[in-house]
Amino acid sequence: MTENNSKETILTRTPIPEQDPAKRRSNFDEVALGYTPEMAMKEAARCLQCKRPLCIDGCPIHIPIPQFIKAIKEGNFEKAIGLIKTASFLPAVCGRVCPQEDQCEKNCTLGKKAEPVAIGYLERFAADYAMQNRNGADVKIPKPTGKKIAIVGSGPAGLTCAYELARLGHKITIFEALHDAGGVLVYGIPEFRLPKRIVAHEINLLNEIGVEIVTNAVVGKLITIDEIMEEFNACFIGTGAGLPKFMGIEGENLNGVYSANEFLTRANLMKAYAFPEYDTPIKIGKRVAVIGGGNVAMDAVRTALRLGAREAMIIYRRSANEMPARKEEIHHAFEEGVQFELLTSPVRIIGEDGWVKSVECVRMELGEPDKSGRRSPIAVKGSEFKIPVDVVIIAIGTGANPILPQSTRKLALNKCGYIIVDEETGQTSREGIFAGGDIVTGSATVILAMGAGKKAAKAIHEYLMHI
Amino acid sequence: MAKILEKRLIRYPDVFYYRINAPLISRKAKPGQFVIIRLHERGERIPLSLADINSEEGTISLIVMAVGKTTTEMSTFNVGDEILDICGPLGQPTHIQKYGRVILVGGGFGVAPLYPIAMSLKEMGNEIVVIMGARSKDLLIYENEMRAVCDKVLITTDDGSKGIKGVVTTALKQELEQSSANIVMAVGPAVMMKYVSETTRPFGIKTVVSLNSIMIDGTGMCGGCRVSVGGKTRFACTDGPDFDGHQVDWDILINRQKTYINEERGSFEAWKKRHVFAICE
Repeated sequence: MTENNSKETILTRTPIPEQDPAKRRSNFDEVALGYTPEMAMKEAARCLQCKRPLCIDGCPIHIPIPQFIKAIKEGNFEKAIGLIKTASFLPAVCGRVCPQEDQCEKNCTLGKKAEPVAIGYLERFAADYAMQNRNGADVKIPKPTGKKIAIVGSGPAGLTCAYELARLGHKITIFEALHDAGGVLVYGIPEFRLPKRIVAHEINLLNEIGVEIVTNAVVGKLITIDEIMEEFNACFIGTGAGLPKFMGIEGENLNGVYSANEFLTRANLMKAYAFPEYDTPIKIGKRVAVIGGGNVAMDAVRTALRLGAREAMIIYRRSANEMPARKEEIHHAFEEGVQFELLTSPVRIIGEDGWVKSVECVRMELGEPDKSGRRSPIAVKGSEFKIPVDVVIIAIGTGANPILPQSTRKLALNKCGYIIVDEETGQTSREGIFAGGDIVTGSATVILAMGAGKKAAKAIHEYLMHI
Repeated sequence: MAKILEKRLIRYPDVFYYRINAPLISRKAKPGQFVIIRLHERGERIPLSLADINSEEGTISLIVMAVGKTTTEMSTFNVGDEILDICGPLGQPTHIQKYGRVILVGGGFGVAPLYPIAMSLKEMGNEIVVIMGARSKDLLIYENEMRAVCDKVLITTDDGSKGIKGVVTTALKQELEQSSANIVMAVGPAVMMKYVSETTRPFGIKTVVSLNSIMIDGTGMCGGCRVSVGGKTRFACTDGPDFDGHQVDWDILINRQKTYINEERGSFEAWKKRHVFAICE
């Protein structure tokens, strides 16, 4: 290898093969295809193996990043996944959906001068390799502690908490409201970004280490937290922020207007893309508008395209710079032909015979930064215009679901209905009851929910071993 | 998995009574609540009102009218068969208290979920009048059950084959003119509940209706069941299903119920082609 080539290698990250945009926009197969062992080893060789690795600080669950990358570089993939698994229960998930550019990769020393190491792609590689070769995943279970812990919700927070506690020897029962475990990983994130077989594989590992999952169990209805606490030694609440927000504008209840939660649940959990082989229908729009600029909005708009929409667009009230979605997701959406109506805000939805016909919007301009630090959008007077559409999907976030808090005595909530906890431990106002994830923080990311589940697991373990 | 313990054809050829083993649900369920079922791996999730609850036996009962694909497919399920998923109890229970004189209005197979409500109201010492309506006398269900619980039973049929010739609101108006009521509760098709609410409005009598929106999860997560009540968007699954009938925007509800009418028809036709079945067996 010449010096030039080697310099080139260290400056540029190894690209990950992807399905061609023109092809993938009409299928639900995964967009990114993953590294081959050769690609992974080549990329792993870029890591500087810093003595004081800042990448670990950027990871909410502190995966030993340089160590696992070193193992990949040496071709020891089993060792790599073993190292990741000491910290993370869901590497195949995180390697796909984590916003690495804001976390580990943001801190990468190499990133100061060149492209950061593709930590996410490498994590995904190690996890996929282990899944295909069925190794590195064995968890040794210590002697049972005799303690029983209930976990409410089987999303990323609950699954992580369950994994951490089960491998300490506690008996875990997860209560899930839907018919499948996985929470947002199965109902929210689409197949093309996170194949459901991967989630099923990770959940299966939990079953193998003795975790029991009870589906169709709505806590607060079928069983209350107070009843759970009579039977279990402790409880973790990770129910997520499942209550879609609407804008409160005219026409929101017309046929053809969805919350992103409903649209994605129909498509993902209920497999409406395979209607009528699967029984759940979904309205396939010819022209679809998704309102919002987050990851959920990108998931919805790209799902709409794949279902067969001729045109699909994002309507977002600020500019591309302020979009909360991952750059990669925005880029993928753009490649697939999604249109972006930026600095645009819906004023009302106009219908005909009960069905959506168009969205009336107003152009926005950016003013002073608001509380979020982003420049706040201000409507431009007289700039109203109509966009003809037949499906509108509202993806402007979610709020706290009231079922569990309403049915639980003395559980302290903030004014928005989220559960108040000690930030370090996840301890709620009730002894033995812990909480974490979106039901505490409001809509956030998979990895932050996992971090909260992990923190709470540590605190629950300490609590149980000292009572 | 929930096993079917009993199945009866209660109205030829398409209305079935099912008693299902669901001990945990039966322990918590109250009149006015519902469950969401999914028949099999490819099935959709549909809400069904509770027609009876027996916590001692650990069973719940559902009345299913075979109208579309899922309900017709369910009608082919027999004793011993298992329903893959059953989730509940969902929604808020009907508010039961001592009201005084209560008029219950049931249209079609909407009479079934009124039955446990009637029993609870009776236990609280209410005087109960029930108005049961159907197109013709052969389509009436639960008449004997209701007679056993209610103080007065009024039957209406569109064709006059039994009781008063006309619709439920004909009888309701007469009843309200003759002697008043403290509350009216109606369960049935949205159009019927709309006209019941319009009938009671001039009398100023509180009218509770049970809304049957399209749902998926039933826990407030998808927002598909949203209805406009008193100008505000509410979720039928968590805020309801009972609402003040005078506040409901009926046109929005009725329109939203038609969202998938074409898809459902297509799916049903395709299913019928693949299945040879006799619904009345």
